[in-house]
Amino acid sequence: MAKLRGTGIAAVNYPTGMNLGGDPSQALIHATTTGTFMISLASTDLGQGLKTVLAQIGAETLGLPFENVLINTGDTDTGPHCMGTFASRATHRVGNAIIMAAEEARKVMMEVAADELEVSPDDLETDGQGNILVKGSPDRSINIVDLALAAHFKYGKTISGRGIYMKPKSDVDPETGKMDPDSTEAHACSVADVEVDTETGEVTVLSLKSAYEGGRQVNPALVKGQIRGGSFMSVSHALYETTAPYYPAPDHSPGSFSEYVIPGPYEAPEIESVVLEYPSVNGPYGAKGVGEMTANSGIPAIINAVSNAIGVRLTEYPVTPEKVLHALEESPNATSH
Amino acid sequence: MTSKIVNFNLNGRDVEVMAKPLTTLQTVLREQLHYTATKAGCKQGGCGSCTVLVNGEPMASCLLPVEDVVGQQITTLEGLTPAEGLHPIQEAFFENYAIQCGYCSPGMIMVIKALLDRNPQPTREEIIEAIAGNLCRCTGYEPIIEAAQDAARRLNDG
Repeated sequence: MAKLRGTGIAAVNYPTGMNLGGDPSQALIHATTTGTFMISLASTDLGQGLKTVLAQIGAETLGLPFENVLINTGDTDTGPHCMGTFASRATHRVGNAIIMAAEEARKVMMEVAADELEVSPDDLETDGQGNILVKGSPDRSINIVDLALAAHFKYGKTISGRGIYMKPKSDVDPETGKMDPDSTEAHACSVADVEVDTETGEVTVLSLKSAYEGGRQVNPALVKGQIRGGSFMSVSHALYETTAPYYPAPDHSPGSFSEYVIPGPYEAPEIESVVLEYPSVNGPYGAKGVGEMTANSGIPAIINAVSNAIGVRLTEYPVTPEKVLHALEESPNATSH
Repeated sequence: MTSKIVNFNLNGRDVEVMAKPLTTLQTVLREQLHYTATKAGCKQGGCGSCTVLVNGEPMASCLLPVEDVVGQQITTLEGLTPAEGLHPIQEAFFENYAIQCGYCSPGMIMVIKALLDRNPQPTREEIIEAIAGNLCRCTGYEPIIEAAQDAARRLNDG
């Protein structure tokens, strides 16, 4: 009996979004009378901070402060269409839809400002602080509150915009097999160090070191949150959790948290990550999707590390103590223990 | 079965409710008194999202019949939150990105409150031991551990 150590590596390409008959999301934007821009969506924030990231994108395109943008994710009966928050698609798809909607609204905003300041819209710029200024004459300006009031009550105009982003469905070319299923690809690579107890079959992840390339980070703090949670989730998928432990047999399928095995803070390894930014050509301000892939490279890296430790190739996960002990017993090539 | 009148102290205020035998404290808090910070995650005592303090001790309110808390002091997250601003533990959660979906947060904050009340300078291991009965599926726990350490600093400095 021994405690064996091993190291594993794995890398993934992560395609943003999906290819099931087109993958659209819509955004509608309108200004209130006092210059707050409401962006209506059906794209749910799961807690990862989507509303924050989308408000940042809207504010950037409008040229207004973050505080001037509100995200209303409403409900699916009343909101504009969204395929959903999954496949790391929301920042990319919805962000692009918001840019399109905000550009249309910005055009009206600049037209109203031009009327108020008696100049051409081409001579105006935003300062990012809530003012629209005449280029070269910053003393001639109008605040967004006054501008929105004028639009509503003087000119009878809505400052509004419509946006949609759709990745068209890509069919497979029957001759070559060629297709274009995704819009942009993010990348991840993980290296895991594990220790395997050959008596109990238990695996301990000692460390998980990863590099993630997710395009430009709209909000680095939220990206970090996705990475920390996702890396931990890779430990959970690699070693613990499953709804069908003896798939396809339904035996011992868990029915409650007391039976569904997931790791807790005791099982958290040392997690170290670095982020690389290679902006996407079609992402909003260069963003790709970062959420889902943060769990994807860690899983094979951990399982490769277990294989490296015990000298047996493992091809099913989660790698439970039972599977480790079976692998050690059944393989003549197993490291002696 | 016949309902009974049950009295207890909730967040410093005496309350009186009518409840059938074996109605849980969680159900009374959420559905009768509309104190919804206390979450209903699994209703089996397995996730910790329903944690409240009973006389300062963290307990799973989903397993606690309300008639067992007659005359006791119950504290929920609502009782921790000041009228203006946030409690230092809440501030620490906010500043350390220890909240994503938020479902575990009230329970986590209550166990950390109980920990820091009896042990103002806990070690990392003591923090992990305190939160081990509370599940989080978003953060990977590390931000929550950091928030607990930060909360201890804030409370000790304050």
